[in-house]
Amino acid sequence: MGLILAILVQGIQMVLVLALAPGLIGFTRKVKARLLRRQGPSVLQPYRDLLRLVRKEAVLADNASWLFRNAPYLIFATTWVAAALVPTFAAGLHFSWAADLIAITALLGSARFFLALAGMDIGTAFGGIGSSREMLFATLAEPAMIMIVFTVALVAGSTQLSTVAEFMVDHSTLRVSLGLALIGLIIVALTENARVPVDNPATHLELTMVHEAMVLEYSGRHLAVIELAAALKLLLYISLIACIFVPWGMARQNDGVLGMLVGVVTWVGKLSIGGFLMVLFETAIAKMRVFRVPEFVGGALMLGLLGTLLLFVSRSF
Amino acid sequence: MERFSLDAAHLLAGGMVLVSFMMLYQNRLLGLLNVFAAHAVVLSLSVAWQAYVQSAPHLFVTAAIALILKAIIIPVALHHMVLRLGVHRDIETVGGIGPTMLMGIGLVALSMVVMLPAAAEADPIAREDLALALSVILLGLLIMVTRQNAISQIVGFMSLENGLVLAATGARGMPLVVEISVAFSVLVAFIVIGVFLFRIRERFDTIDTQALDDFREGRE
Repeated sequence: MGLILAILVQGIQMVLVLALAPGLIGFTRKVKARLLRRQGPSVLQPYRDLLRLVRKEAVLADNASWLFRNAPYLIFATTWVAAALVPTFAAGLHFSWAADLIAITALLGSARFFLALAGMDIGTAFGGIGSSREMLFATLAEPAMIMIVFTVALVAGSTQLSTVAEFMVDHSTLRVSLGLALIGLIIVALTENARVPVDNPATHLELTMVHEAMVLEYSGRHLAVIELAAALKLLLYISLIACIFVPWGMARQNDGVLGMLVGVVTWVGKLSIGGFLMVLFETAIAKMRVFRVPEFVGGALMLGLLGTLLLFVSRSF
Repeated sequence: MERFSLDAAHLLAGGMVLVSFMMLYQNRLLGLLNVFAAHAVVLSLSVAWQAYVQSAPHLFVTAAIALILKAIIIPVALHHMVLRLGVHRDIETVGGIGPTMLMGIGLVALSMVVMLPAAAEADPIAREDLALALSVILLGLLIMVTRQNAISQIVGFMSLENGLVLAATGARGMPLVVEISVAFSVLVAFIVIGVFLFRIRERFDTIDTQALDDFREGRE
C-alpha cells in the first residue's frame, strides 16, 4: 500500500511539472509584456499554441531521416525525466535515489545532443549555425555546471538533490561558495534556456539566434513536443535553483498530505518569483554579441572553480 | 552567533574577490569605474562588519573613509576625467578575457596556498581575511599588468589598496592614525596620477601606455 502511495506521489510530481511548464512560459511572457507597458497575451496562450500545433499536420523535408522524426520525442522524454526527478514540492520521493545532480546534467546533455543532431539533419544553413553555436556554448556551460555540482556536493556531502535540500534546510549558513555557485547556476540557466543575454526567445529568423535556428524545420506535433520540452527545461532550472538554494517550505520525507499541499503552494510561489526575477533581469539588459557569450559563460565556469577553491578556506578550521 | 559572524565576514571578503573578478571581466572604461565603486562599497561593508564583530569603533571611521573617498569621490572624479579625456567610448583590448580570468583563478589559488599555512596560528577570521585580501591585492596587480589604458591601471592600483585595507582590518590592532594616513596618501597619489595623465595625453595624444614604449631613448 505504501509503495503504491509513494509511486502515486511521484506520478503527481511528473504530471504537475508537465502541466505547469507552459503556464510558466505564459507567465514570463505576460510579465515581460506588462514591464514593457504592453498588454501581452493571456497566461494560457502557450497551452492554446500547443493544442493548435498538435492538431496541425507535421510537414517533413524530403531528405529528413529517421533521426529528425524521432529526435523530438527523445528530447522530450529525457527532459521530462530530468524535470520529474528534481524535488519540487517534496523531498525524498520514491525515485529520489535517482535524482542525482550528475544524472540530471547527463540527461540534459543527451537532450542537447539530439537537438543539435536534429538541427543539422535537414542540411539547411540555419540549422547548422544553430547547432554549432549551441555546441560552442555547451563546451563551457557543461563544465561550469559540473563545477557548481562539485561545490554543492562538497558542502552538502552528497550529489543527491533530496539530501542536498534537506541538508540546506537543516544547516542554513551563509557560505560564500554557495553564493558563487548560485550566480554561476543562474548564468548556466540563462544560457541553457536561450534567454536574453545569450539568445532572444521572442524572435524568429534573426542571425544571432541559437535555439530557434535549430528547430526551424519542425512543424505540427513535432514542434509542439519540442516547445513543451523547452518549457520543461526552464521549469527544471528554476526548480533546481529553488531546491538547492531556497528549499524552505518543501515537504519532508514523512510529512502528510498537508505538508505536500504547503509544498506545492510554496513551489508555485518560488516558480513565479524566479520567473519574475528572470524577466526583470531580461528587460534591464541587452542581448550580447554571440562572440561575447563564451566570456559570459566562462564567467560561470570561473565562479564554479572559485567556489570550490574558497570552500577549502572555510573548511580549514 | 560566533559561527554566523565568521560566515558573514567570509561572505563579504569573498564578495570583494568576486568584484575584483568583475573588474577583470569589464572591458569598457565607464563600466570598470562603476564596478570599482561597487568594490569600495563591499569593502566598507566588510570593514563595518569587522568593526561590529571586533567591537572596535575606530574601524567604523575606516569604513566611512572607504565609502566616501573610494565609493563616491574617486569614481566620480575618474568619471569626469574619462569624459574630459574623451575616452568614454573606447573599448579596451585586453589580451583575451578568458586567459586573464584563468590567471586570476591561479592567483587566488596561490594566495590560499601561501596564506593558509603561513597564518595557521591566527584566529579564523583573520586567517581567511588575510588569504582573501592577498587574492584581492594580486588581482589588483593583475588588472594593472593586463591593461593598456592608464585609467584602468589607476583603477587596478586603487583596488589593490582596497585589498590592503581589508588585510589591515582583518588583523586586529591597526591604529587609526595609520589608516587615515594611508587613505590620504592614496588620495595624494590619485591627484598626482591625474596630473600625470593629462601630461601624458598632452605629449602623446593618447593615454595608452603602449605608446610610451615607442619613445624610449636609445632606440631607433
